[in-house]
Amino acid sequence: MYPFTYSRATDVADAVRDKAGHDGSAYVGGGTNLIDLMKMNVEQPAHLVNVAKLPLAKIEDLPNGGLRLGATATNSDTAWNEQVKARYPLLNQAILAGASPQLRNAATNGGNLMQRTRCYYFYDLATPCNKREPGSGCSAIGGFNRIHAILGASEACIATHPSDMCVALAALAPTVRVSGPQGERSIAFEDFHRLPGDHPEFDNTLAEGELITSLDLPEKGFAKHFAYLKLRDRHSYAFALVSVAVGLEMDGDTITDARLALGGVAHKPWRDHSAEALLKGQHATAETFGRVAAHVVANAVGQGSNDFKIELARRAIVRALKQAAEGKQEAGDVYLGGQ
Amino acid sequence: MSQLLTRAPASGGLPAPVPTGPVRLHINGETQTLQLAPWTSLLDALREYAHLTGTKKGCDHGQCGACTVLVNGRRINSCLTLAVMHEDDDITTIEGLGTPDNLSPLQQAFVDHDAFQCGYCTPGQICSAQGLLNEGRAHSEAEIKELMSGNLCRCGAYVGILDAVSEVANSQGEMVK
Repeated sequence: MYPFTYSRATDVADAVRDKAGHDGSAYVGGGTNLIDLMKMNVEQPAHLVNVAKLPLAKIEDLPNGGLRLGATATNSDTAWNEQVKARYPLLNQAILAGASPQLRNAATNGGNLMQRTRCYYFYDLATPCNKREPGSGCSAIGGFNRIHAILGASEACIATHPSDMCVALAALAPTVRVSGPQGERSIAFEDFHRLPGDHPEFDNTLAEGELITSLDLPEKGFAKHFAYLKLRDRHSYAFALVSVAVGLEMDGDTITDARLALGGVAHKPWRDHSAEALLKGQHATAETFGRVAAHVVANAVGQGSNDFKIELARRAIVRALKQAAEGKQEAGDVYLGGQ
Repeated sequence: MSQLLTRAPASGGLPAPVPTGPVRLHINGETQTLQLAPWTSLLDALREYAHLTGTKKGCDHGQCGACTVLVNGRRINSCLTLAVMHEDDDITTIEGLGTPDNLSPLQQAFVDHDAFQCGYCTPGQICSAQGLLNEGRAHSEAEIKELMSGNLCRCGAYVGILDAVSEVANSQGEMVK
């Protein structure tokens, strides 16, 4: 790797101060994505501020009935937390559908939100990429784009966000608490990641120097009727081609509340409010699910190699809605959903 | 290799030596202080500085699991973490699990079940399996398969690996179905 300097922060204020004091610096948590990008010279921070051992690893009840997930709690500890399993099984299943046990043991919750696209061209310094080098062009448009976006893409970038955990979070709608040089603030999860537009170099809406301190889940966890369905090229340890997170509340066979988010299809976890509105008040039937799924992909655009994702997403939404309505998926120690 | 060279300073003259520093690591029960640059991965520190070459470098990008070691009893990819991030952590490598004369239960089971061909992925497989046993979540063959999916074996010895891990999980009372 290339030379850089390193420090280990003692508390949040120290981390924020240390980062502000070093031009071109970055926070590192588990490092499972950042260190890989540094090995490839895609990211080249001059200074790393280690935040992995900050006292932000707790998972604790909130006074409003929600649950706070500390930013430095590992993905493993979060997935297997008893509160998460009991109250937010969708999150348990989505986390366990991602990466490998070794990676989940190192990766932090804050870092999961911060991970970058796995677009081949983003990683390949020999090719133009607007996300890596703004203004250089997009090699994926007209190139190999099997893993790329079908929703919300722009002429500048068709990359996808790679996280499974974030798809469940998009459905569960926590707030992201951050601390930075200007103080603390909360960001609605939906507003955290952004679409590429003309500035795909920005994955999210964090201001310079801001550090994620926690994810605060609201009380509603859709623990009875949920599904996380992940479709990929191999059975395990692969990124999603399409994934679907569903949370439903049911009164008999009538849907009284609904959440629907997709992964692998857009620059951000893709929550569809209009589809959720279409589900509310409807009977949980194949006809309803088919109509909603068709609505979600109505404006989807293929790029050639990823055209299959439009039909795959439509069918995956139908299946995930059916699974959620049936209420058969459970929290567990592994992801076995969709089988 | 305690000093590496960077590009020359703008004023000319000799290249500036990059800053290395002492990093205290607890490896297999022994405390070692290694002189390391910040960018030395835990994997490189183990192999090149602590001279424990049992841990293998496969892809060096967290995709194959050959570099799996235990940090405070938990399995991680040593290629995707910096040694300097593990000061005062307890690190266990394949050399710390057993010895040639006194194999650990998993090491013996891998021999008994012919759970390898070329052997390159084996230290990572065994450290990962030990991490799985520590987690206490190997309840069935399906779960072992899923929870060992971070370790690739290009020889395709998966059948033997599954048998070996299942046998030890069974003997420790973890398997329930």
